[in-house]
Amino acid sequence: MSQVPAELHYTKDHEWVRLANDGTATIGITDHAQAALGDVTFVDLPKTGKTFAAGDVFGTVESVKAASDLYSPISGEVIETNAALNDTPDLVNREPYQGAWMIRVRVQNPAEVSSLLNAAGYAALL
Amino acid sequence: MSDTLSRTPLYSLHVELGGRMVPFAGWEMPVQYRGIIEEHMAVRKTAGLFDVSHMGEARVRGKDAAAFLDRIMTNEMSSIKPGMARYTVMCQPDGGCVDDLIVYRLNENEFLICLNASNAQKDLAWMKSLVGRFKVEVIDECNAWAQLAIQGPLAEKILSLVTSLPLASIKRFGFLTGEVGGASGCLVSRTGYTGSAGFEIYLPAASAEKVARAILTAGQPHGLIPAGLGARDSLRLEANYPLYGHEISEKISPIQAGLGWTVKFSKPEFVGREALRRQAEGGPASSVVLFSLDDRRIARQGAQVFAGDTPVGEVLSGTQSPVLGKPIGTALIAAGYTGSSELTVDIRGIRLPLQIAVEPFVK
Repeated sequence: MSQVPAELHYTKDHEWVRLANDGTATIGITDHAQAALGDVTFVDLPKTGKTFAAGDVFGTVESVKAASDLYSPISGEVIETNAALNDTPDLVNREPYQGAWMIRVRVQNPAEVSSLLNAAGYAALL
Repeated sequence: MSDTLSRTPLYSLHVELGGRMVPFAGWEMPVQYRGIIEEHMAVRKTAGLFDVSHMGEARVRGKDAAAFLDRIMTNEMSSIKPGMARYTVMCQPDGGCVDDLIVYRLNENEFLICLNASNAQKDLAWMKSLVGRFKVEVIDECNAWAQLAIQGPLAEKILSLVTSLPLASIKRFGFLTGEVGGASGCLVSRTGYTGSAGFEIYLPAASAEKVARAILTAGQPHGLIPAGLGARDSLRLEANYPLYGHEISEKISPIQAGLGWTVKFSKPEFVGREALRRQAEGGPASSVVLFSLDDRRIARQGAQVFAGDTPVGEVLSGTQSPVLGKPIGTALIAAGYTGSSELTVDIRGIRLPLQIAVEPFVK
């Protein structure tokens, strides 16, 4: 069974959001998503400084089988991307919730978080 | 095609082994067990076991069997010796491919033919429609047979643990019949679709699970793992083997696909001969090339290929090569551009240079 950590927020498109207490958030894809993709070979991430609205495509994750768009769960400016994914994209398969975070954003509208799924709501979709 | 998917005799074994089952050519097949890259590398370094029971089989027998096959296939069938097999294409009159096949000569007047799963019923109907005055029977044996492929450098050693057949005596494209894993009536050929050494085993459907379990048990200490269709695709692409519906199709002839060596114009008559001869002599309008990319993005089926700003073709297959660690693929390119050093492929709006390969990546 897929892991669904209780402290994260989720989209129905299988991204997760981890809120920090400094007004930033990290975003990645779920254990279920990495398992469905299979071996990840490349993660195409945006440049820092770009701003995305909730629902925008912020990147692409590519596996041997398919390329899938990454959707921003919330609105925000990208302040950091995970450079480790450049050399070790398979971190997405091994540590989807830790080492394989994808972007860190400055949260523009904290109210958007309330429209995301909690762990139980996301688990119910799987 | 019916809405319900067929299952091979190994369906429950796949599920037990953790196979992820997906629809493929009307069948419910394992795309992977633990991961495509791991399964791919097992075949290159140790061995992998594939269930290819979705493939179809036809038996052609009768006094005119060899002459009939010479007429409907592009390659020469009458010169195959009993105990040997040959790869061939079966063409339409316009040169398009009905299918690509391996033909096993069982004896003077009897052949067993391996059909692509997606084409099996089409092939049988096509062959029957061409029988005419030939003294020959075309028999559908798709449900009678299961097929396993054991591929990789340790395949022979592992298979020898479950059969007393003298495997070392089987030449490339040769075969023997006998007992494997306690099941009689098996046909074992030194053939494959991976670019690594190995064997394909045709076995009575009812014995398939017993034999597969025997091979997996014997092979496990040597690094054998079950491998799925995902690895089968990346392996065949590294070896530059065509897949029907991609590199060959009703629209892409064997001449275009670089399979001219399977078309024997020395035969006075066969279906497609005139169209194929015109292509071979005048050069086809487009042909299939193998390529790699110095990037991390994979160029997938349908991606457009450009020479400068001129669209000159499209990608037919694309994957990540685990051996090279970079993307590879095939593309159909218009005549005059196949040797160009300035080809690019469009991947989600980014144009990447495409490197044409003259040799398969794995031989």
